[in-house]
Amino acid sequence: MSMLSTTEKTYQELRQKAEAKLAPLADKPLIWIGTATCGKAAGALEVREAFKEELKNKGVDARVMEVGCMGHCYAEPLAVIAKPGFPALCYGKVDEGLVKRLVDDFLVHDDPCYEFAMVALEANDIFPTFADFPRGVYEEKIILEQCGFIDPEDIDHYLAKDGYAALARVLDMESPQVIKEVKAANLRGRGGAGFPAGVKWEAVAGQAEQTRYVICNADEGDPGAFMDRSILESNPHLVVEGMIICAYAVGASHGYLYIRSEYPQAIRRVRTALQQARERGLLGNSILGSDFNFDLEIFAGAGAFVCGEGTALINSMEGKLGLPEHRPPRLSTAGLRGKPTVLNNVKTFAYVPLIIKKGAEWFKNTGTPGSPGTAVFALAGKVANPGLVEVPMGTTLRQLIYDVGQGIPGDKKFKAVQIGGPSGGCLPEAALDIPIDFDSLKEAGAIMGSGGVVILDEDDCMVRIARYFLKFTQQESCGKCTFCRLGTRHMLDILTAITRGEGKLSDLETLRELAEDVQAGSLCNLGKTAPNPVLTTLKYFYDEYRAHIKEKRCPALMCPDLIAYYIAPEKCSKLCNACVGSCPVEAVYTREDGLKAINQGKCVKCDNCLKACPFEYNAVIKLSPPSLLEEKERSTK
Amino acid sequence: MSEVKFTIDGREITAPAGEKLLWVALKHDIYIPHLCGIQEEQRPGAGCRLCFVEVEGQAHPVTSCTLPVREGMAVKTRTPAVDRLVRSAFELLLSDHRLQCGKCPKNRACALQQIARERGLKLKLNRLKPLQREFPPVDDSTAVFACDRSRCVLCGQCVWADQQVAKVGAIGFSRRGLNRTVSTFTGMELADSPCTKCGLCVEACPVGALYFLDDNWKNLQGGQTPKGKI
Repeated sequence: MSMLSTTEKTYQELRQKAEAKLAPLADKPLIWIGTATCGKAAGALEVREAFKEELKNKGVDARVMEVGCMGHCYAEPLAVIAKPGFPALCYGKVDEGLVKRLVDDFLVHDDPCYEFAMVALEANDIFPTFADFPRGVYEEKIILEQCGFIDPEDIDHYLAKDGYAALARVLDMESPQVIKEVKAANLRGRGGAGFPAGVKWEAVAGQAEQTRYVICNADEGDPGAFMDRSILESNPHLVVEGMIICAYAVGASHGYLYIRSEYPQAIRRVRTALQQARERGLLGNSILGSDFNFDLEIFAGAGAFVCGEGTALINSMEGKLGLPEHRPPRLSTAGLRGKPTVLNNVKTFAYVPLIIKKGAEWFKNTGTPGSPGTAVFALAGKVANPGLVEVPMGTTLRQLIYDVGQGIPGDKKFKAVQIGGPSGGCLPEAALDIPIDFDSLKEAGAIMGSGGVVILDEDDCMVRIARYFLKFTQQESCGKCTFCRLGTRHMLDILTAITRGEGKLSDLETLRELAEDVQAGSLCNLGKTAPNPVLTTLKYFYDEYRAHIKEKRCPALMCPDLIAYYIAPEKCSKLCNACVGSCPVEAVYTREDGLKAINQGKCVKCDNCLKACPFEYNAVIKLSPPSLLEEKERSTK
Repeated sequence: MSEVKFTIDGREITAPAGEKLLWVALKHDIYIPHLCGIQEEQRPGAGCRLCFVEVEGQAHPVTSCTLPVREGMAVKTRTPAVDRLVRSAFELLLSDHRLQCGKCPKNRACALQQIARERGLKLKLNRLKPLQREFPPVDDSTAVFACDRSRCVLCGQCVWADQQVAKVGAIGFSRRGLNRTVSTFTGMELADSPCTKCGLCVEACPVGALYFLDDNWKNLQGGQTPKGKI
């Protein structure tokens, strides 16, 4: 038997204790409920209470455990029941009624209610597992592997699953060796820019200044992006372990997790994680019995989008206005309080323990040569199965949307995919076979960004979409530099005019010029990337812009100023009044012949009548341009 | 400090290594448009985005206020890419600036007019519409000088003068985005603020946003500083 080092021995003791503590969990039924923010919003807390209540009523001896998010947003709230003798089964869209049935049928009697089960968590002969679904085929969970399967508020769950083993190993290594391994893995920063983490760490480690900092950027601000929150809420120790390893590699003794205050649950769970790590000697002085000291604290960001930018983040931590600075100097030479600083994204740190444990070669086996590993995406918009997915880099957009996300709901036609958050680009059908990685997306005009993926169908107007995203960045502009402060505003004004049918063709030229100049001239990356949605829609959907301007027509029938609602008399029924009651402004009225019509002067285009009109009539239609109305009315007279 | 040799627009120039190009060029009478640059500032704000130049070997124009001079570098102050960015930044600033030069106390002494003159740009909007927005009323509460935010270009010269030169701290930047502004604490009137009326901020203002209300203004134009008289 080989001699164990002190750190290894200390770690093994911790781990054995954790395993001993968790062993009895397998003795009786265990119910997991996903209570990350997403689950809670869907009613997970009510489901938890219902389970507790029902277990008490029926006198069933079972445990209820809160876990994080499994990434299947469409099926929240989720519950998993692991009953000895059965495969662990996952149930989606759980409500109080289902809770009662599950407790009575499954826990009291032995009927697992397969008709309500979504998936089994382990291979068995009866029920399919995640691997049997298309999403499971394409998904490859590395950093999300434990999310939703362990109790994020109990460090022993993480320890029992080999957690902190990488740290124990690292403490027996020389720090340059650690950096070498991360460099060899070519781990690229998951915050969006894709800068190699190992190169960054090496730069910090090579500084003469001995006080160094490690900061985790969890200021996730993109609308529609929630992967960082989900990881921090579901498996905070993975990120903490990654940060401790980084601190050891670069020689830092203090670090921060910069989490936006809009993530109270993430802050709470990370705080618990730090406390428990300290109690186990994994943070603080003499970590795992070694002579390495490091501690972490949470800095709650005040919620400005621009503070996700490195220099603005540092300014806000120092108590200054959260405004970006010109670089260089880079943070690796002069970061927090002027000291060398590693600033990495939540996901970047999360990969680190796995790379240490399994090796750089293992990491590079997944993904593309230029961008190894996986990518985490938040699928949203017009997609059948929205959620948090982790796929290998190099997966095509088509696989991501049609196999993982199960395509577009209804019989609608795919139009575009907006990838990379508000600073990303809108890519058309023709770009669907691009393998996703940092470089190919940039080439196509989008960015990896935060990993937000919004899928758009034929009902989405691209001018309006561009305007929507630009409005976000314009409002979040800090105002420091001319291009971003004023340029985005003028672009927004032009887009607004176009959606109102007040645009001129020459505006498109001005819009393009401004967009290119804002991209080239802005101080920080917020401004440099803000024009992406405009430039890509101009490039790929120019005809839609033209239709708005030349024909005053919105092809997607979305811009309120360019559409009119019309009730087709040949489809309308005298027996129905649904639309009349739905109208908030009394624009819909009953004609003398009993059919309904719309007073265009009063109509506010709220879409209520169209939704209210029963399926069997479908009499309310949208027309664009509104001038079509006269034609229609003439022809039916 | 070691000296380095390099060229600006083909002219050979020697300067201490690490000095920022903008100041070296200005010292050698090579004009580069600029508003927010402050030579003493350790880390330039680089917010006005007017001082772009092109450096041979670099794909995109860079701001000269942040560019340390290096041995052998070849700088061009006028290229199509530079001119385009300057033209756009200038027009953007004008779109949010009350353009009534005739009524402005800084007429003929305004940095915007100088940029227009040097770069052959028009002092009117070409592609853009003026941003119609409301500004707070002119603050003339000190009776010595006035602050008209509809002319402010947010260069920050006054803030530097107040905080770093006069060491008073009466004004600073506040709000964000389009609402970014120079203001006193909580936006109180200057007379109620710690302002000592030293006039340094007024002298620092490159446009007509801060201007003297009485005869001191004329003294300033004559090259005298009004400080002692206030």
